[in-house]
Amino acid sequence: MPSVQLVNITKKYRDITAVENVNLAIEDKEYVCIIGPSGCGKTTLIKCVSGIIQPTDGEICIDNKRVNEVPIQDRGVGYVFQDIALFPHMNVRENVSYGPFVKGWSPAQTRTLVEEMLNMMVLGDRARDHPNVLSGGAQQKTAIARALASGSLLLLLDEPLGSLDVKVRKLLRHEIRRMIKDLNLTAIHVTHDQEEAMAVADRIVVMKTGKIVEVGTPSQLYLHPKELFTANFVGESNFFEGRVAEEGDKKIKINVDGSFLYSSEKAPAEDAKVVAAIRPEFVAMEHQQKTEPLWKGTIETVTFMGSMMRYEVKAENGKVVDVKIPFSSVSQEFEAGSRVNLKFPPESVLLYAYPRSGLEKEISVE
Amino acid sequence: MVNVSKRFRNISAINNLNLEVKDGEYLCVLGPTGSGKTTLLKIIAGLVNPDKGEVYIDGKLVNNVPPQERNTAFVPQNYALFPHLSAVQNVAFGPTSKGLSREEANKISMKMLEMTRLAGRPDSQPNELSGGMQQRLALARGLASDANLLLLDEPLGALDARIRVELRYKIRNLVKDRGFTAIHVTHDQEEAMIVGDRIAVLREGQIQQVNVPTKVYNEPQSIFVANFVGGANFLEGFVVDRDHQGAWIQLRNRFIARVREIDFSPGEKVILAIREELTTIVKRGGEEQEINFFPGTMQSASFLGNSTVFKILLKNGDVVNSRIPVSQYKQDFSENEGVYVRLHPENIMTYPYPQGGLFRELEAI
Repeated sequence: MPSVQLVNITKKYRDITAVENVNLAIEDKEYVCIIGPSGCGKTTLIKCVSGIIQPTDGEICIDNKRVNEVPIQDRGVGYVFQDIALFPHMNVRENVSYGPFVKGWSPAQTRTLVEEMLNMMVLGDRARDHPNVLSGGAQQKTAIARALASGSLLLLLDEPLGSLDVKVRKLLRHEIRRMIKDLNLTAIHVTHDQEEAMAVADRIVVMKTGKIVEVGTPSQLYLHPKELFTANFVGESNFFEGRVAEEGDKKIKINVDGSFLYSSEKAPAEDAKVVAAIRPEFVAMEHQQKTEPLWKGTIETVTFMGSMMRYEVKAENGKVVDVKIPFSSVSQEFEAGSRVNLKFPPESVLLYAYPRSGLEKEISVE
Repeated sequence: MVNVSKRFRNISAINNLNLEVKDGEYLCVLGPTGSGKTTLLKIIAGLVNPDKGEVYIDGKLVNNVPPQERNTAFVPQNYALFPHLSAVQNVAFGPTSKGLSREEANKISMKMLEMTRLAGRPDSQPNELSGGMQQRLALARGLASDANLLLLDEPLGALDARIRVELRYKIRNLVKDRGFTAIHVTHDQEEAMIVGDRIAVLREGQIQQVNVPTKVYNEPQSIFVANFVGGANFLEGFVVDRDHQGAWIQLRNRFIARVREIDFSPGEKVILAIREELTTIVKRGGEEQEINFFPGTMQSASFLGNSTVFKILLKNGDVVNSRIPVSQYKQDFSENEGVYVRLHPENIMTYPYPQGGLFRELEAI
């Protein structure tokens, strides 16, 4: 059964280090997504697993066996690329049948398997169509069905939905996960789309400049990111630079240029320089009145996002705060110019040591 | 655009389309691949001639005016930057060719680079810049032209999802600050809602609906728009009875739903649509006599960060997706747990059953 171990993987191109000392263990039947900005090394890493690229250093094991010297076709992996590479002269069924055919399966065996794949991907009525008359989504579904029909238990997906419309991407990602889980496959899926990663993956690997930043389940990475970079790359966050002012029993008081925030996180040392982070959807906002506010501000922009409203609030301390409220629970009329109070629930305020390279560089997504 | 049509051989790309964009407006054209978005933009730019119909810019018929005299700036999908010119030279190209001195052109160029946060890289050539930077450079070049009308073809399409989220707020501010009229083509409905003053939803070369984002989202005129902009649950049924406040709809296997719509007669086949985030999941039965209170079982939960989508199989065989914002996610559900789904009548949109069937309307692939 295909578990995958990457041990101290490094890949250098002349003076550029694309992947640096990466260690990662993927369990059998696990669905892992690798995300990160362009150039972070995610594609290089998945290509090392497939055998298309040889690492400069380190060991790749599939099913606990070293495969560095094993050629691509003998590694037992199925591969789906961003650029859909179907055989143009073959129809959908012939494309999907190609793997079993090359492996010398009997026609009856091949037919059963291929029919099953076509049905699972809801491609049954397109079986006789050639790729050039199919939409992008149907072509990509064919490519996935072909990879699945190859009989490989380890599937590598390199931006499999990258060339498709947002709408189609959202539909297909559920089908991909369902297929992979139904067939008990192990999958490594590279994407630049965080929401896609959260929707399909059991665990997500966040990469930046050739290194792994953090590995966790979707909810761990979204609700309790250990690293500042993750807090910004996976979903959006407000970031405030400040200093620890006071350590209470349950809450830490943070001084942000004279205004205060409270966090229920563990305290770094007193007076330590920190970055406080809070997701826009956890900031509470109300019209200025009775209650003693922590931060006062004025709404600068109001944006309707469908299920959400987004507000940009300029606080009196000069900070700009993003606030998101589900449209269905916007009970008060907020408009540009409204004077509001902002509240930051301490349990949603995450604390990070101030990064040595500076905040902006640390969270840069380019 | 008045009654504009364009065919490519036997394919109709734009089909008798009428569209009016106001001075200073930011209009988003939203539609799936192949809906005619790019063709529409190229017709306005003068890069494609329509077979039929008139195009007016600023009240003047421009059908016979060449692209360079239309006073528009077209930012294509692939940027089309000059590879041998530096960033500042790329942006200065327009102003220089319009006869400004090199010094003046460079001054405008630097200002645009500053606005697009590229002021630190004026001497870099395009291939030395990241995808996001190239995208901003193409935009800076469009903004530097003294054209009044900016035509943007998927301006954020080639970027990583995370950068796209950051740039879409920025692109709107830049366009508004410079006082441009802009037409921006995209297949991303969230992007369209954020950047556009109004959204035109395009399907098979025809405009399905044009309105401000809140209207398009909250009052979609067709099943296609409801599905393409935001997505929804769609349930088939027929009208069994109606009164002054609304109608009773029979869904699959004799489930009865209440809607506020009364424009339908008993017997008529209809489709009910309700947004994922406007459905409520309830653990216990309680008042089972309550209207639109349907029993089902929890199938799966998909955590998406700012919301979680729960899939519930109703006892009548229909499937309902329910989206709960992370800030309101208070209780857990286990797989196969019995639950109830509540659909408030005021949140249900009712449409006549489409001629070609429901699947045809929802097909985005």
